[in-house]
Amino acid sequence: MYETSYKRPASLAEAAAIIAADDEAKFLAGGQTLLPTMKQRLAAPSQLVDIARLAELKGISVSSEAVTIGAAMTHYSIASSPEVQGAIPTLAKLASGIGDPQVRHRGTLGGSLANNDPSADYPAAVLALGATLVTDRREIAADDYFQGMFTTALEEGEILVRVVFPIPRKAGYSKFLNPASRYAMAGVFVATLADGAVRVAVTGAGQGGVFRATAMEEALGDNWSADAVAGIKVDPSDMLSDIHGDAAYRANLVSVMAKRAVVAAAG
Amino acid sequence: MVSVSLTVNGKAVTREVEDRTLLVGFLRETLGLTGTHVGCDTSQCGACVVHVDGVAVKSCTMLAAQADGCAVLTIEGLAQGDQLHPVQAAFREHHGLQCGFCTPGMIMAAVDIIRRHGPGIDETTIRHELEGNICRCTGYHNIVKAVKAAAEQSGGMAEAAE
Repeated sequence: MYETSYKRPASLAEAAAIIAADDEAKFLAGGQTLLPTMKQRLAAPSQLVDIARLAELKGISVSSEAVTIGAAMTHYSIASSPEVQGAIPTLAKLASGIGDPQVRHRGTLGGSLANNDPSADYPAAVLALGATLVTDRREIAADDYFQGMFTTALEEGEILVRVVFPIPRKAGYSKFLNPASRYAMAGVFVATLADGAVRVAVTGAGQGGVFRATAMEEALGDNWSADAVAGIKVDPSDMLSDIHGDAAYRANLVSVMAKRAVVAAAG
Repeated sequence: MVSVSLTVNGKAVTREVEDRTLLVGFLRETLGLTGTHVGCDTSQCGACVVHVDGVAVKSCTMLAAQADGCAVLTIEGLAQGDQLHPVQAAFREHHGLQCGFCTPGMIMAAVDIIRRHGPGIDETTIRHELEGNICRCTGYHNIVKAVKAAAEQSGGMAEAAE
């Protein structure tokens, strides 16, 4: 790891000020992606601004319509939260399947969403549930937030504060793990929202990161069943292709995971 | 340089270290606690697992500065004098090791697993929970047996010993 300087500001405003004054500084949350990246010398921030302990980024609350989760909440705290388990059990289950137990104790919701790894799990939940991402400057709709692999609508120095997940009527998630890295090679989140709209989001498979499978949404809107999506294939030319699986394989996995997600869907 | 104050195995320590110092380096090199191992150094193998404020983390994927103010428990802090922690005793009883390199991380992970799941944990859950710990001798069978036995025999005690 190249040399860096560690800062732990006491407030969101102080964190924003440090970042604003230094183009090469980066926010540090759980560090489960950033620190390994720095160790490989693929990133060399001048300063690490640790926001993981900020009270503004903590907490989980539930209303009749939505679950609101602070950006610095860990995967473990989300997976084990009775509030999340009660309101959106599929989201708790998704969080319980990220990485391994030690990673889940450190990694955070906001860190994952700010990084927008094409194989991360949360982007599928955020997009399928039509969540709202609240930053220190504004609110961003999920449909506007994800802008391609490792790219989001966040501006320089903008801090993700919390995510508001609308409570769906039912939702399901299924992913096919890369057996070595445990990242999703294809993960599909299906949901029927409170207003009856059906949304399907796919992670791990697309070249452009998470995306909505609109043909599957239409099919499930007419007929909520595994059979309805079984015959629908996403375009392989849009899929990732690598040593772990070529594009045709990944396109097929998306259909299989969609079927499983529908079967797994719970209210 | 950054000043880091924390408790390690119950003892308060304060040290000035480079900002980029990883917790595992702090434990091994600054404090000389070499029971915590570095295996892969890429957050995958779990040989470096320690507890920070009561939960298992990979100390190769955390800065010492991030542990400032926290309570760290390493493999050296598990036994009570000459008396092995029940999980350590179970690993010995069931021969839950071959070369032993992964053992400190396995045991720290196991204590955390038993704390979260209690004495009734089944084999499938144990195997799933050990996803973040790699035994390159492939000695998993006896490791799983040891964790299960420790959970059954001393699930309550494991928590009390923390």
